[in-house]
Amino acid sequence: MALVETQRRRSAGREEAAALAASVPTSPPAPTGLLDVIGRFKGLFLPVLLVILWEAACRAEIFAEHLVPSPLAVLAELQYLWDRGELLTHVWVTLARVAAGFFWGTLAATVLGAATGVSRPLRELLDPTLQALKAVPSLAWVPLFILWFGIFETSKVTLIAVGVFFPIYLNLMSAIQDSDRKLVEVARIYRLSTWQLLRCVLVPATLPAYVVGLRAGLALGWMFVIAAELMGASEGLGFLMIDGQMTGHPAIIVGSLILFAILGKASDALLAFATRPLLAWQDSFAKMEGGRANA
Amino acid sequence: MLELAQVDKTFATRKGASHAAVADIDLSVGAHEIVGLVGTSGCGKSTLLRIVSGLEAPSGGAVTIDGRRIAGPTPEIAMVFQEPRLMPWLSVTENVRLALLDLPRAEQQRRIEEVLGLVGLVGFSEALPQQLSGGMAQRVAIARALARRPRILLLDEPFSALDSFTRMKLQDHLLALWEKANFTMVFVTHDLEEAVILADRIVVLRGQPGRVREVFPVGLPRPRRRAAAEVQALKEEITLSLDLS
Repeated sequence: MALVETQRRRSAGREEAAALAASVPTSPPAPTGLLDVIGRFKGLFLPVLLVILWEAACRAEIFAEHLVPSPLAVLAELQYLWDRGELLTHVWVTLARVAAGFFWGTLAATVLGAATGVSRPLRELLDPTLQALKAVPSLAWVPLFILWFGIFETSKVTLIAVGVFFPIYLNLMSAIQDSDRKLVEVARIYRLSTWQLLRCVLVPATLPAYVVGLRAGLALGWMFVIAAELMGASEGLGFLMIDGQMTGHPAIIVGSLILFAILGKASDALLAFATRPLLAWQDSFAKMEGGRANA
Repeated sequence: MLELAQVDKTFATRKGASHAAVADIDLSVGAHEIVGLVGTSGCGKSTLLRIVSGLEAPSGGAVTIDGRRIAGPTPEIAMVFQEPRLMPWLSVTENVRLALLDLPRAEQQRRIEEVLGLVGLVGFSEALPQQLSGGMAQRVAIARALARRPRILLLDEPFSALDSFTRMKLQDHLLALWEKANFTMVFVTHDLEEAVILADRIVVLRGQPGRVREVFPVGLPRPRRRAAAEVQALKEEITLSLDLS
């Protein structure tokens, strides 16, 4: 039920950026009738309409067939690749790269973000360097990573991890720095131990920004996996796109684009769902907002 | 019981200069006494309270309880701030528990129930702070402070953010709590009526750095009526001492 609800919310046409920025889930009332059921899926309305128009345009031969494949042709191409067992391999390889890059990027960002957030000397020592590295365009790393790590997985995963790193690092560091001095004082007055201060004050205070960072990091991970796969790969969705370009199969390119959209969206929804219990207090706030109590 | 002897506080400012907040503060507060600190803004009232709480160390002089010097927060002293300062992610119960983490679980539970009963919020024990009105949230903050069973309760403009009806209600409520339990109160306020209604003694601070300018004993019996002529007369006298011109 919760999963369905998350997916519904994610697909309800709520703008990604707004959801990322606020990260405060809102729960629409439970559906009661047919109209509500339709309302739940209104986020699908636009894509479906576009696909229909696209198919109609192709049938009317408005576009050249060798440049713009029809939706059915794309579907047929994906079906073909699926039947040969290739599609699953490419999807799997790309997913594995994003997962590995996301893991290492998150790990590094969490350690460094927490350290620089908590300790002023460490921040003054490390942050300027990290900020300077952030200014390097991501693709500029490619030659160096290939030289260092070779042309196989390590260089790709490293590039993705670099992309994932910065939003998480920045969000976590600034969230810790901005965490309310006033609440920390309460912890001091009641003499909380360092561990209690972390558990009861700092971690809950920084979680919302951290989750926003995770989701932004994941989005960048998807961006960087393309860069990594375009620069040279023999498997993966990025490779599939290059392959489609080389062999003159636009259906493969469009099919890969659609798969990227679906995978990116699904992984974000999964992350939002998985982190939801951490932000439960915000959630119940959103539910209760209408009904504040009075003294 | 609580003694401030020659307390000074100087802050270093960003540009390397120093800023004296309070100077030469001598003050002696007896057991179960209520002392109100008043003064124009910037005279160091809040700084003084923060020094007593142990949040700030004095630059000179000493704060002692029964002769023991205060170095940092102690369980004997609790503080209520201008804002409730509740953790928005914790329920009312868990917010009160923050003050009791070093006690056994059963004792925590007993005290939480007791203080929520005292401030009349038993029905809200599972509510989150955002669901409370400003007055209720401040009552939770008072409950959290009292759960500690402090010997000294410090309050820094505790009711200044509340509307005047809620403020009067909470002033009466605080006095009732004070009459039941045996703690000492030191509070800062901008509201002279609040000072006169609550305090046994009112200390007027003035200047930069703030120094004790005058001390007014309030000899009026409780409960004090806000409209009483004596209350108004004392307010008038303190206003003159503040020298607002």
